[in-house]
Amino acid sequence: MNERNMLLSRIKKYDFTLKELNLYLDTHPNCRRALAMFRKYKELRSDAVEEFTKRFGPITPEQVSDTQNWTWVEDPWPWERR
Amino acid sequence: MWQYEKKLQYPVKIKTPNAKLAKIIISQLGGPDGELSASLRYLNQRYAMPYGEVKGLLTDIGTEELAHFEMISAILYQLTKDLSMEEIKASGFDTYFVDHTTGVYPVAASGTPFTAAYFQSKGDILTDIQEDMAAEQKARTTYDNILRLADDPDVRDPIRFLREREIVHYQRFGEPFRSR
Repeated sequence: MNERNMLLSRIKKYDFTLKELNLYLDTHPNCRRALAMFRKYKELRSDAVEEFTKRFGPITPEQVSDTQNWTWVEDPWPWERR
Repeated sequence: MWQYEKKLQYPVKIKTPNAKLAKIIISQLGGPDGELSASLRYLNQRYAMPYGEVKGLLTDIGTEELAHFEMISAILYQLTKDLSMEEIKASGFDTYFVDHTTGVYPVAASGTPFTAAYFQSKGDILTDIQEDMAAEQKARTTYDNILRLADDPDVRDPIRFLREREIVHYQRFGEPFRSR
């Protein structure tokens, strides 16, 4: 796996954890342990996303920082096997 | 509103095209218990819900189903990429090919196009949540059937992920009955 895919895979793992906690918190809104875990993984995700967008381009359009090119439209798109 | 993230929820990396498998898996795109039907069911039912936790659940699960819809589309795209005409004819994919080439279009495995008749929005919290729990089990059964028919590990891996999500969603949908 290249570095781009490794970092993206890490972001996916954080996102999965956050999604699981999100659904759990929807039905357990007073669970402090889940709230603390949510906070922890949100920070880890944020750091990983910052590194990813700096090195490999945006995951959402507002993350485009290039002043010459609209890098949002660059390949690969998620459904393409790379 | 929604915002797109340029990544799949779980990786799809299929090395070998297989039109026969695509013909089966497409049911989870546009079939009766597929991901599109799931997403629209939950996102439409939200408005009749009296409780914040159920509004949240339907919003968040309905949104996750859109990510599953994209994963199934990615599976179909990769399974039908670079097929030879011989493979298309031999696999029976020709009946889809004639109308859509290899474009991704929501139909059931039988060829029936997607229809909103697959789901309900009844405006009643008990009725709707019971339907949602049944829908998760029906989708789980469909994934079990796909796993009975698919032997490519590249395909089985994301299908198993999707199957597990049905079980988690079923669990979450059952919880408001206990807390309310």
